[in-house]
Amino acid sequence: MLYDIFVDPFVQMYQMPDFFLQVLWEGFVAGILYALIALGFVLIFKASGVFNFAQGIMVVFAGLTLVGLHENGVPAFLALILTIGVMGVLAYGIERVVMRPLVNQPDIILLMATIGLTYFLIGFGELIFGGEPKRMITEELGLPTGSTAFEFGERGLVILQHIDIAAAVIAILMVTALGIFFNKTRIGRALRAVADDHQAALSVGISLNQIWAIVWFAAGLVALATGIMWGARSDVSFALEIIAFKALPVLILGGFTSIPGAIIGGLIIGFGEKIAELYWGGLVGGGIESWFAYIIALIFLLFRPQGLFGEKIIERV
Amino acid sequence: MFYREAGQFKTSYEKDQALFPIRQDKIGLGVILLIAFVVIPLTANDFFLASIMIPFLVFSLAAIGLNVLTGFCGQLSLGTGAFMGVGAYAAYKLTTIFPDVNVILLVLTSGIFSAIVGAIFGLPSLRIKGLYLAVTTLAAQFFLEWCFIRIGWLYNYNASGAIEIPTREMLGVVISGAEATPLARYFVVLSITVVIAFLISNVLRGRIGRSWMMIRDMDIAAELMGIRPLQTKLMAFAVSSYICGVAGAMMVFFWLNAAEPSSYSITLSFQILFMVILGGLGSVGGAFMGAAFIWILPIVLRAIPSMLGVDIGAETVEHLAFMVIGALIIFFLIVEPHGFARLWQIAKQKLRVWPFPY
Repeated sequence: MLYDIFVDPFVQMYQMPDFFLQVLWEGFVAGILYALIALGFVLIFKASGVFNFAQGIMVVFAGLTLVGLHENGVPAFLALILTIGVMGVLAYGIERVVMRPLVNQPDIILLMATIGLTYFLIGFGELIFGGEPKRMITEELGLPTGSTAFEFGERGLVILQHIDIAAAVIAILMVTALGIFFNKTRIGRALRAVADDHQAALSVGISLNQIWAIVWFAAGLVALATGIMWGARSDVSFALEIIAFKALPVLILGGFTSIPGAIIGGLIIGFGEKIAELYWGGLVGGGIESWFAYIIALIFLLFRPQGLFGEKIIERV
Repeated sequence: MFYREAGQFKTSYEKDQALFPIRQDKIGLGVILLIAFVVIPLTANDFFLASIMIPFLVFSLAAIGLNVLTGFCGQLSLGTGAFMGVGAYAAYKLTTIFPDVNVILLVLTSGIFSAIVGAIFGLPSLRIKGLYLAVTTLAAQFFLEWCFIRIGWLYNYNASGAIEIPTREMLGVVISGAEATPLARYFVVLSITVVIAFLISNVLRGRIGRSWMMIRDMDIAAELMGIRPLQTKLMAFAVSSYICGVAGAMMVFFWLNAAEPSSYSITLSFQILFMVILGGLGSVGGAFMGAAFIWILPIVLRAIPSMLGVDIGAETVEHLAFMVIGALIIFFLIVEPHGFARLWQIAKQKLRVWPFPY
């Protein structure tokens, strides 16, 4: 038993390095997608202190809008632009109807409001686009498909899907773009000011409402990118919503307010989950992917509650 | 005018601190109990009992359980569904092992297992709170759900992976299993709910309940005044999980007859949390109102189109119901973040001063 837990998995890793690399790659891709979802959470949490449970459903909604528009005869790129427009309208609507009247309410009320929003978007999305899974329009958007197999050593192969590589590249580009946006532009600086101190930001003439609409829009764009990437791997369906909960442990690891933290947290969770599932999962009957991330987060909470990159303002008891 | 406590004098501290110090409240409660125990069983049909009243009572009890933790002790939990599941599976195993013991006794005992599990997952609450605590309870939710699926012993290695409730009798009446009449189930569920609600109301206004509220309002001050956070918080977790566990066991024994692990998923946790928030954090009566709203509203919404004679598909109605519920939740959070309990208080105040504005 002890051998199975502590020795055997490592022996396997050593004996089949190609399989191990494949697992690592899978973990990397899953991690990127968790990181993208967590990124959406972080953007909104930084600017307004709202923990946005609806991020998961926004991913589904963005993906469905894109595919739905294309199915109705809109060319792929026009559909993409229209979807961006829809996310903008959604962001403005959420800010106006939900967030603005709820300013200064306790955290839990805001959290519940975003869950209410989730219900609304589920109903709305299913009403318009139907409940069944849809195929993402990968080729039409000009994203690469297919895969490359790398020979590894004498006997092994590592297979990389092109769409996964594209996902990684897009994620890196997006984080860089967000980083530049936050540090170099006027609106980005205003966003950081709001994140630091709402009242001080107001007093130097930054419009909170405008900033909130912008971050919700940015989160919507991140959701759209996530939706395309995730949809290309599996179909666009409401089952994706459950993935949003994975963003919570990612945020615990990375810290609630850190963009690099979201990325690194996502990768740690992605790697950890896949490796644990494939090498240790068999010992307890498999399927440990569903809770492994939370256990990592739990252990992490005990030692470093502010996360890897978070600010040290956690409330201790 | 309609609701005045003028002339009702209290001559001792005990009377002043009574559960229902005002005569109108006592009468009102008596009327509600009379309706619940006599009028509804006499008049209602099986559908009303089985698909509205029984689930409503089960959810009310679960909402009371979560309210103890979130409303009174201030600890956010997203694992209610799993704690209910622990109760259900524990009761199922108990009735398999002890087939001759009264099933109500087993349902009440199963809550103890749920309480133990809840207290274990409550341990991190000593270091963290708020959203961080929500993550640990999410861990409980997903981990326990996984256990319900993977550990065959819990469901007696059924091929279906679901637990099916055997027929059990009490005093010669079948009260659980497929043959039980809705009326018998209704009485069992109603009695358990009323008794637990009454007991917990008394706990909440006593020393234990007040120490929970002190922790909720300001933990550091509470600690300085001699409240031990460790015992107090773990007790809140245990009591809350006990009630949720009993509710979960009742859910499968007296309502669903069979349950899969997905019956106790995160969706259920959210549903219960909604009931607590919309009903009003920190109010036992609010839990009932919240449960009624969240459970009965979708049923009403689904019935509306056919009543109006509009012919739209069942799926469309389902989606519309989802939208309306989401929108209403946001609406109520905006209009009254303190829930129906506060609305009820405002209504009482209005009744008190009517016909004058104040």
